[in-house]
Amino acid sequence: MTTQARPRLAVFKFASCDGCQLTLLDCEDELLPLAGEVDIAYFLEASSAVEPGPYDLALVDGSITTAEDAERIRHIRAESRHLVSIGACATAGGVQALRNFADVAEFRDIVYARPEYIETLATSTPIAAHVPVDLELQGCPIDRGQLLEVITAFLAGRKPDIPRHSVCFACKRRGTPCVTVAHGTPCLGPVTHAGCGALCPSYGRGCYGCFGPSGSVNMPAMIPLLRSDGLSDQDVLRLLHTFNVAAFAELETTEEAPHRWARPEGERS
Amino acid sequence: MPSATTTRDPAPPACVLDRQGLDALVQALRARGRTVIGPTHRGGAIVLEELRSAAELPYGWGVELDGGHYRVVRREDEAAFAHSAGPQSWKNYLLPERVRQWTADRAPDGELTVRQERHPPASYAFLGVRPCDLRAIAIQDRVLLGGWHRDDAYQARRNGAFLIAVECTEPGATCFCVSMGTGPAAGPGYDIALTEVLDETGHRFLARAGTAEGAEVLAGLPQRDADAATRTAAAEAVESAAGRMGRSMPPVDLHTLMASSLEAERWDEVASRCLTCGNCTMACPTCFCTTTEDITDLTGDHAERWSRWESCYDLDFSHLPGGPVRQSGRSRYRQWLTHKLGTWWDQFGSSGCVGCGRCIVWCPVAIDITEEAHALHQEQLARRAAGEGTP
Repeated sequence: MTTQARPRLAVFKFASCDGCQLTLLDCEDELLPLAGEVDIAYFLEASSAVEPGPYDLALVDGSITTAEDAERIRHIRAESRHLVSIGACATAGGVQALRNFADVAEFRDIVYARPEYIETLATSTPIAAHVPVDLELQGCPIDRGQLLEVITAFLAGRKPDIPRHSVCFACKRRGTPCVTVAHGTPCLGPVTHAGCGALCPSYGRGCYGCFGPSGSVNMPAMIPLLRSDGLSDQDVLRLLHTFNVAAFAELETTEEAPHRWARPEGERS
Repeated sequence: MPSATTTRDPAPPACVLDRQGLDALVQALRARGRTVIGPTHRGGAIVLEELRSAAELPYGWGVELDGGHYRVVRREDEAAFAHSAGPQSWKNYLLPERVRQWTADRAPDGELTVRQERHPPASYAFLGVRPCDLRAIAIQDRVLLGGWHRDDAYQARRNGAFLIAVECTEPGATCFCVSMGTGPAAGPGYDIALTEVLDETGHRFLARAGTAEGAEVLAGLPQRDADAATRTAAAEAVESAAGRMGRSMPPVDLHTLMASSLEAERWDEVASRCLTCGNCTMACPTCFCTTTEDITDLTGDHAERWSRWESCYDLDFSHLPGGPVRQSGRSRYRQWLTHKLGTWWDQFGSSGCVGCGRCIVWCPVAIDITEEAHALHQEQLARRAAGEGTP
C-alpha cells in the first residue's frame, strides 16, 4: 500500500478528560502497526504537527458545551468521510451533562472565582445532537479492544462488531455468577451496554453503568429491582446520574409508554 | 459417546462407594487422563470447575433458590450433592462461549491460505450431572450433531466426555423436572450413575455403570456390593425428591398451548417486567444459539472466524437489512418461550426445557417460566369459556 493511499485519521477533542483519546495511545502493541496503516493527520494528544482535512476517519472525543464547539464540530463533520464519536462525553454528554438538570449559572458562580470569564452553554450534549454520526462507541472510558475493532473494521471496509446487548451477556460468557441474584448486590448490568467485559461483577461489585444504556433497556423493570436490592430512590438517582446521566435520564421517565425502550434502528450503532 | 445409544442395563450390578470410594473415582479418572469437572463452592455459589480431588466437592453446602434469588447455605449434614442446578451448566464445557472456526492469511504475493480450526479431542469427566442436565446434554446432541450440519467442535468435546450422573435427592424450590419428565431419577446416557445416601448407617453412594467404560472404572474402585438397605434408601430418596418439586408446569400439551397462544395478552404483561438482558438463555442448559464473529488484523492480511454465544434477547439476533425483526421485548420473550416449549418439538422432536429452573433463578427480575405457562393456560381457558358463552 502506498503512502498516498493510506487513509487519513484525525482525532478531535471537545469537553472531556481526554481519557478516550488516550485509549488510542494505550494500544501499545498495535500502535506501530496502526501508524503503518493510517496517516495520523490530526492528533494533538500525540503530535503538534497537524495536517489540514479532509480526513477519512475522524474520532471525536468530548461533548459540546460551548457555542464555539457547536460550530467547530460542523466543520469537522464537513471535513470527515466517517465520523465516530468515542466515549460517554461524546455519545451521551458525559458527567458534565449533570448541568442539564440544574442551573448552569449557579454552578458557574460557585465553581469559578471570576464567573464572568466563563462562556458556556446551558447543556452538555453528545456529538450526535449536532451533526450526523456514523458510529457511537460508548464507554467511560472506551474499551481499547473495541476501538481497535472500529479502526480495523474501517480499514477492511466491514461493519464493526460492537454488540448492543447488556453486560449480563459478558458475565454469563465469562462465568461470573450474577452478583444481584447470588448476593443481592445492586447492579446496572441488565440495562448497560456491553464492552467492558463485565469487569466490576468479576470482582464482586455491581455494574455502575459506565458504558451507558444497552440497545434494549426496560427502565421501569430495572428501577424496582434496584430498590429491592436496598437502594433508596436517592441512591437509584445517584447510580444513574454519573457519566451517562443524560442517556439514562432519557429512559427514566417511563410510565407512559412502558414497551418502547428499544432504540429506533439507526439511532445507535 | 454414551448417549448415542440408550443404555440397556439388564439389572446392572450395583455397588456402594463411600467417601473414600468417591475420592478414588476422581483419582482413577484423572489417572486415565481425564479432566474431572464438578461442583465446588466458590465465591458464594456452587460453580463447575476442574476438581483435583473429591475433597473439593461442596460437602455440607446446599442452596436456597427462588425466582431471581440464589444463596449458598450450610447444611446440617455433609451431603456432597444436595444442591440443585447452579449458575453454569455443562454446556459451558461442551459448547464454550467462543470457539474459533477458521483462520485465513494472505501472503505478500496475494496467495490466500485458509485453515479450518482443528478441534483436538477433549477428555472430560463430568462429575455430578443431574438427571435434568443429562437430558439437556442429549438435547444439545440432537441439535448440534443430529442434523445435516454437525458442529465438529462440539463433537470433539462430546465424544470424550465421561458422564457421572448423580440422581436428585434434594430438589430446589425452582425445580420442575417431574413436569418435564427428566428426573429426579437418572435417564439414559450416563457412564456411571450415583445416588447419594446419608443416614445413620453412614454416608455412601449407590453406584451403577451405564457403559462398558463405566463398569471398568467402577470395577477398579474400593467398593462393596449393594446391600438391600442402601438400595431401598436410595430409591426412597429419589422418590421423595419427586414429591418435593418446587414448581410445576400446567398439565397440558405445552406444544399446543404455545401454538395457540401467539396473540395472548400475557406477552404484554411479561414484557413489561422483562429486562431483555439475556440471562435466561445464557443460563439455560439447552439454549444453543451462536453467532459468527469475523475479525481482521490492522493489516488486513489475517482474518479469523469465531462462533460465540448469542441470545434471542439480543436485538442483533434478528437483525436483517432494515433492522431487527424482533424489536419489542414482547416479541423476543415470546420467541424464547414458544421455541423452548413449543416449536422445539417441530424442529428437534422434543421439548427444549428440562425443568432445571435455572432461567427462574438467574432472571434478575424473577420471571418464572412455569408461572408464564400457567398464565397462558389460564388465559386460554378464559378465552374458551368466553367463546363457549357466546352463541
